[in-house]
Amino acid sequence: MKILVVDDERDIQTLFEQRFRKEIKEKSMEFAFAFSGEEALTYLNLHEHETVLILSDINMPGMSGLELLRQIKEKYLKPPPVVMIITAYGDAESFDKAKQLGADDFLTKPVDFNYLKEKFKQS
Amino acid sequence: MSLSVAPLVVSLIVTNRIRKYVKTNILQRWEKPLKYALFLSVLLFAAEVIFSDTEVTKWVWHAYLVTIIVFALKQEELRLLRMFIVAFIPFELFSLLGDLTQLINDSFFKDHANYFNNATGFSFFWMAAILYSQNRQFKAAEKERIKRQHEDELNRAIAIRKVELEVLVAERTAELTEQKEELEHALEELRSTQSQLIQSEKMASLGELTAGIAHEIQNPLNFVNNFSEVNTELIEEMQEEMEKGNMDEVKALVKDIAENEQKIKHHGKRADAIVKGMLQHSRSNSGVKEPTNINALADEYLRLAYHGLRAKDKSFNVTMETHFDESIISVNIIPQDIGRAILNLITNAFYAVQVETRHALSLRSPEQSHKQPDYIPTISVSTKNRGNRVEILVKDNGPGIPAHILDKIFQPFFTTKPTGEGTGLGLSLSYDIVKAHGGELKVDTKEGEGTEFSIILPV
Repeated sequence: MKILVVDDERDIQTLFEQRFRKEIKEKSMEFAFAFSGEEALTYLNLHEHETVLILSDINMPGMSGLELLRQIKEKYLKPPPVVMIITAYGDAESFDKAKQLGADDFLTKPVDFNYLKEKFKQS
Repeated sequence: MSLSVAPLVVSLIVTNRIRKYVKTNILQRWEKPLKYALFLSVLLFAAEVIFSDTEVTKWVWHAYLVTIIVFALKQEELRLLRMFIVAFIPFELFSLLGDLTQLINDSFFKDHANYFNNATGFSFFWMAAILYSQNRQFKAAEKERIKRQHEDELNRAIAIRKVELEVLVAERTAELTEQKEELEHALEELRSTQSQLIQSEKMASLGELTAGIAHEIQNPLNFVNNFSEVNTELIEEMQEEMEKGNMDEVKALVKDIAENEQKIKHHGKRADAIVKGMLQHSRSNSGVKEPTNINALADEYLRLAYHGLRAKDKSFNVTMETHFDESIISVNIIPQDIGRAILNLITNAFYAVQVETRHALSLRSPEQSHKQPDYIPTISVSTKNRGNRVEILVKDNGPGIPAHILDKIFQPFFTTKPTGEGTGLGLSLSYDIVKAHGGELKVDTKEGEGTEFSIILPV
């Protein structure tokens, strides 16, 4: 299972790698990281159909998580990757917009990693 | 027989003259007796006419004239009349002498009547001449007196006017003093209002920043929490590995834990710096210049402004470019002041591209609404090292500033924002801050293309 994590905070990589070190070691999960929406699209173009789950922050300079979501859902139709949206602002407006654009799930920071693990297992 | 015309004339002149003098000098006690005296002389003449005899009356005339002459000469109060009275003495003397001689030795008088008559006549003319000249002198003196009286009256009037004017001046002075105090009070109020406005402008921009600050603090705090949770897990794992005696694994875990500790420290400091920056921003005046990293300052306020804006308008996004000249080491400035100026420029730039985005969206047809818009809102913050000065440039690709308002943008309270959204103090305060640092705040704008503000600071 390959997961692309999109966030402008670089330390998110270290955090995920340590949080999921067992899964990574067991190779049950594989992580890729992008630090902007644009970088995420570049990665997806290079590794099409590999990634099954995308976890993106909304609030990033340049292309926002929502714009990334809209482009992913438009371009990568078969098979559509699961896109989970994370935001620091747990507000209804962002939630509605994300749902409308086809987000599969919506998480609020700070991320509950146990809940996230459950979510990963379900998908 | 001849009537005593001359004595009558003389007595009338003398008495009347004394009366006049008495009247003008307010010697009231003489007024009545003199009136009677005048009356008496007229009566005496009437008696002469009625009885057709002067033998008795001429002695009464002499008595009358001698009395009045002696009286006038003796009175101290009438001393100024002496010269006048003296004029009558020869006449009275000669006529009395003539009459006495006639009484004692009639034949001698008759033999020498010519001498007596001539002497009397001569003394009469002499008297007339003196009277004439005295009258002229008197008139001149009277004129002088009236002139002086006029002058006195004028002086009195002037004195009264002066007093009136002094009262008026005092009133005016009091009024002016009162007005001055009122103005000073008003100025005091304006000064305090100004500082309140500046403070509220700071607080308003702080309010705009609050969401950005919350976000900025939330992120590092999340890392602090997350990494410490991870470390708790790693320590448990390490204990397990130690029990197993798997020392290589333990060493790897220790390395991870140490790294995570560094991350916790880093993010803790990051949150700390943000809170400190926020306090600095809201503080009314610390006003101390200190060597400041301009690039870090510009970057910090760019992030805060961006998150502040995002918190208000979540659908909004913008491409941000930074071009920091790393050759700038540090500049001696009041960091929170210059920070505020930078923040104002960035906030304005965001506002400009936001306006342009809405404008671009309103022009799009419904079919285009799902495509990427042609207009990409972009702002750039750059710094440039120019040797003896540094430049901080804030550029946007918004609608630009129309030429007709360009000269107004630095005026206090001038704003293009809808009522209630802008205080109109942002640019004016920024201008004051930059000027206070001996620098310049410049604007370069083109309608339809964008605006670039530059803060130029001496090093």
